[in-house]
Amino acid sequence: MSKKLLKWNEDRTLFPEKNSEGKIDVDYSSHKFMKIWHGPQHPGITGNMSLELTLLGDEVMDCETHVGYLHRGFEKLMERRKYIQCFPIVCRVAVPEPDFNEYCFASAMEELAGIEIPEAAEWLRTLVLEMSRLQSYLAWIGGQAGALGQGIIGQWTIYLRDLILDRFEELTGGRIYHMYMLPGGVRGLLPDGFRERMTQNLDDIDKFMKDVKKVMFDNYVFKKRTVGMGVIDPAWIHPFGITGPNARAAGVAKDVRKDNPYLKYPELDFEPVVGKDSDIYTRADVRRRDLLMTVDLIRQIMAKIPDKGDIRAKTPNVLHWKVPAGETYSRAECTRGEYGYYMVSDGTEYPRRINVRGPSYTHAVALLEKMIVNANIADVAGLMVSLHTYPPEIER
Amino acid sequence: MQTIIENLQKHFQVVSYHQQRENLGFLIASKEVAVGLITHLRDYEGFAHLVLLTAVDWIEDEHFQLTYLLHHPEKKVDLGVRVMISRENAEMYSIHHLWEQARTYQRELREMFGINFPGSPNVDKPFILEGWEDIPPYRRDFDTKKYSEETYFPRPGRETHDPAEYMKKKLYPNE
Repeated sequence: MSKKLLKWNEDRTLFPEKNSEGKIDVDYSSHKFMKIWHGPQHPGITGNMSLELTLLGDEVMDCETHVGYLHRGFEKLMERRKYIQCFPIVCRVAVPEPDFNEYCFASAMEELAGIEIPEAAEWLRTLVLEMSRLQSYLAWIGGQAGALGQGIIGQWTIYLRDLILDRFEELTGGRIYHMYMLPGGVRGLLPDGFRERMTQNLDDIDKFMKDVKKVMFDNYVFKKRTVGMGVIDPAWIHPFGITGPNARAAGVAKDVRKDNPYLKYPELDFEPVVGKDSDIYTRADVRRRDLLMTVDLIRQIMAKIPDKGDIRAKTPNVLHWKVPAGETYSRAECTRGEYGYYMVSDGTEYPRRINVRGPSYTHAVALLEKMIVNANIADVAGLMVSLHTYPPEIER
Repeated sequence: MQTIIENLQKHFQVVSYHQQRENLGFLIASKEVAVGLITHLRDYEGFAHLVLLTAVDWIEDEHFQLTYLLHHPEKKVDLGVRVMISRENAEMYSIHHLWEQARTYQRELREMFGINFPGSPNVDKPFILEGWEDIPPYRRDFDTKKYSEETYFPRPGRETHDPAEYMKKKLYPNE
């Protein structure tokens, strides 16, 4: 009996049978199917979301993404607040990378108001965005390794992330939420000794990442579970709105920093990291190489960033600032893909409408629901983390 | 961008066009031609990437503005297609057949603004809110403050400040 149960039917096209539409007829009364909730409280889920999975044995037949566990109505709240009062809100849209929200919001507002920020502020913004990318990737690597049973990687990378958070605390006063970029510039210059401490941290990250490469990326079990798993077809890139490392791992060199350059990126030397095989392993490797490129970019920025100079352009009194009527869209490349703010002003002191475009909006719903079908239940967490989804930017 | 708009005007009636910056423009199209125009932009002009689909409530003019923001991956330009639809019985043609993620956007707009997209999969299924019975919350006539005061009770010992007045008192007391 046990032998029979363990025998794997190699011809997967026959099991289970599909109907004329190419789908499985799910009949719960047959007792063959089971519905389970993966999340919202589950160590293998990213943030507060859940997947409603229909299983046949240990194979996923159907999936529906559920969000809304962390809906705070930020877009609506901002319509009741003056522009400056929105800054403590926007950074909370995405915990792992609050700075991209601050940048997109500030730059959209500056564009509508016709304000140009000083050069030093542009450099400092570029630095903060790259530091944010670095700490987000470090947290993600731990998550990806943890989802596939390698807890030690997370302990190393969270330590490294803490080093970057120390630098954030030194520069901005905050570890997670920084509120460093304000309309017209940034809040402060680099503190004394910042460069030396940052250089030391980057050296530490370089050293640890070599170990991470050996223990995680060269690991047989990790390869066995990720190579050939969760492949994104390059033909899906545009129909599903896929951006960032998920697109680059499929060989499509989409990177906002190159495609629509902003801040000081045109003065930095880099090429988007691309992969070929588009499976979980390739996506993880693209992110690892992107992380190393970020370390290099921060070194380049540190060499060019001025120690002195204006960091704030002259702006009207922020409490009575009427941003001219108009609409615009401001975007940046975050670790998960294209991040953007669509801002509409009606010429009053309050924003008329702000819409946040988070990359997870497409990755975690339409794409994940498609990819997860026929996956093994044990691979669901690894597959989901490999898309680097983050629910609060879906529900805002 | 100007060439694209000129090409577009040969096939569709474009109500107006505004160039926001070198690589971003917004045009207004009527509800009837919008889906055909967007399909043309995707299939013939190369705007393959749907960046976002959202709505703006112009309550004083009694209409919603739907914004379809499209990106051209080769030319690296963005074009926003703005469509004005009536607030009363708000309804728009679906574009779920053009982009897979459009159904999610439409489901959210149905829930948050009450705009219907007949034919869009699961459009009536709750997306973010569960058991919501009030008017769609992102409409301008939904008062968040009133809703909070009616729904949640104030905790004793907690002070409430009007943010604008409080900041003025703290930051600019002499103005």
